[in-house]
Amino acid sequence: MSAPRNPAPRTLFDKIWDAHVVLSRGEQCLLYIDRHMVHDGSFHAFNMLHSRGLKVRRPSQTFGVPDHYVPTHGRSAADAATPEIRRMIETLESNLEANGITRYALDDERQGIVHVVGPEQGITLPGLTLVCGDSHTSSHGALGAFSFGIGQSENLHVLATQTLWQTRPRTMRIRVDGRLGAGATPKDVALAIIARIGAGGAVGHVIEYAGEVFRAMSVEGRLTVCNMSIEAGARSGLVAPDDTTFAFIAGRPLAPKGAEWDRALAAWRALPSDEGARFDSEVALDGGAIAPMVTWGTSPEDALPIDAVVPDAKPQALAYMGLVPGTRLTDIAVDRVFIGSCTNSRIEDLRAAAAMARGRKAVVPTLVVPGSGLVKRQAEAEGLDRVFREAGFEWRHAGCSMCVGINGETGRPQERIASTSNRNFEGRQGKGVRTHLLSPAMAAAAAVTGRLTDIRAMG
Amino acid sequence: MDRFTTLTAVAAPYEPANVDTDQILPARFLKMPRGNGKHYGGFLFHDIRFADDGAENPGFVLNRPEYRAARILVGNTNFACGSSREGAVYAFLDAGFRAVVAPSFSDIFFNNCLKNGVVPVRLPDADCAGLRALLAARPGTEFTVDLEAQELRVPGGAVHRFEVDGFFREMLLKGVDEVGLTIGLLAEIEGFERRHHAANAWAAR
Ligand code: SF4
Repeated sequence: MSAPRNPAPRTLFDKIWDAHVVLSRGEQCLLYIDRHMVHDGSFHAFNMLHSRGLKVRRPSQTFGVPDHYVPTHGRSAADAATPEIRRMIETLESNLEANGITRYALDDERQGIVHVVGPEQGITLPGLTLVCGDSHTSSHGALGAFSFGIGQSENLHVLATQTLWQTRPRTMRIRVDGRLGAGATPKDVALAIIARIGAGGAVGHVIEYAGEVFRAMSVEGRLTVCNMSIEAGARSGLVAPDDTTFAFIAGRPLAPKGAEWDRALAAWRALPSDEGARFDSEVALDGGAIAPMVTWGTSPEDALPIDAVVPDAKPQALAYMGLVPGTRLTDIAVDRVFIGSCTNSRIEDLRAAAAMARGRKAVVPTLVVPGSGLVKRQAEAEGLDRVFREAGFEWRHAGCSMCVGINGETGRPQERIASTSNRNFEGRQGKGVRTHLLSPAMAAAAAVTGRLTDIRAMG
Repeated sequence: MDRFTTLTAVAAPYEPANVDTDQILPARFLKMPRGNGKHYGGFLFHDIRFADDGAENPGFVLNRPEYRAARILVGNTNFACGSSREGAVYAFLDAGFRAVVAPSFSDIFFNNCLKNGVVPVRLPDADCAGLRALLAARPGTEFTVDLEAQELRVPGGAVHRFEVDGFFREMLLKGVDEVGLTIGLLAEIEGFERRHHAANAWAAR
């Protein structure tokens, strides 16, 4: 008689990885890619594909949406800020059309930021591999998919072969237990984690987020946290799929239906990390100790609770940011507010911002850019657009907008922007612009007070 | 991709940690065409390298005469983090760089280097600090990056061993085309795909 087989416990990541290895050559695994998303910055990949006379091998597993370059005050390429920017949008359109790739065009209500559109359309599903030529592809791990950003040569490789050569990353589990402190949101959890482990703290790793805080978090919130994984250097972030995930996916246009849904569900329920599965490293944070956060420097790791003071550190960052050590963060006046980006432009984000804006007035220019046309429609159905307009916020169409500013929507040199995006790098929102990262509610509070504000002190 | 065996060239130190790809290639250059005589060399570290009026910033390391011929850069931890933009590697490559040395790289930049014939050399933190100090003290020093032996050699005898994954080392040494290689494995890919889609119908489209 053979002894009962007792397979070694595996992590969620191990299970997805093992199920996608076509073959290996030494340390390199040829990984099968289930979903490939492309956007209007992907033109080098298509140029390389065409110049080599290659075809898209699996157009049905490829999805395209313009987001980085799109105008947010109109829905036509003709509204683009410059002819070059217009060409970026049109080039994507023609590449998608020529290759028979599913597209969510600018005038299609389903258009939006690629990392909002994937989960929204059911392109992103648990257990799948998903790649996109954008570092924040880590977002999709919120649904239990292994998703990561790639460069354009890798885009080309996926277009031509539906695979990628990859080194198996190490695994890191980050547990956050307890209940979040007052006013703290998923964005604050993400910033607290990055402040703790550093901008390079998870290089070479895939992070699995575990613990009570993530179990209690909505899929929207998990998307925010997984989105920021890359800011800690991680290749991706993951949250084990659970009933919250399944409820989010059910009924999405590309989600499995009927008997196939049942089979999928059974497979997805087997995905979470096994009891006793080993991670290469473990980190734990106390959720109750996480407060509303804001960044003061030029790396996402430069984050502190809003009631702290500017530290005496990183002189170059402080010089760029125009800040003096010892200044209370709540004494920092802002010139502009941006609410949007793949980090914080989903419906819950807009609700949180609107709750803060309701009945108040912006004292600095404030831009609200929903993550997709469908988010925009939902927000309008809930009357959030009216709340924003009455508060003097600008309400726009979906796109990346001021997160990276390559559609022309940048700040001015030395301008200080409170932003719900993910990067406060020098020049990220325009040359010389100073960015403070924070949550949607904190951003709306900054809009109505004109300075970084502790939302716990707002009624 | 041009093959890479051994390179002996001037190396330049770049001190900051967590250098992000927005610094290496500011986002507004991402839409620029490349090829047919157009290249990204002039965009490398553009907003640090040049003042607003377009004049060179004399304090910036790559603008100093001794480092003008640099083809190797020695950086710091978490090198080229942030955006996945491959243009960051195009900028290095088109400016003449074929090797970047650092204690750690962002995963995406590291892969982007390998696909473009730029060798990412990982060395311990203290070694990188030592190399940067040496270059700062003796500007114009040439290093040798020997991919075959997996050694970085410093004049005067110091030898730093590094490792590049065997699969990619072969490709770099021989100038193998990775896409072509994988297309040669199509039968295996198709076999995998059939089994994968049969077992997970929802993964297929
Ligand atoms: S919103 Fe910002 S971070 Fe997200 S994909 Fe667009 S540019 Fe990148």
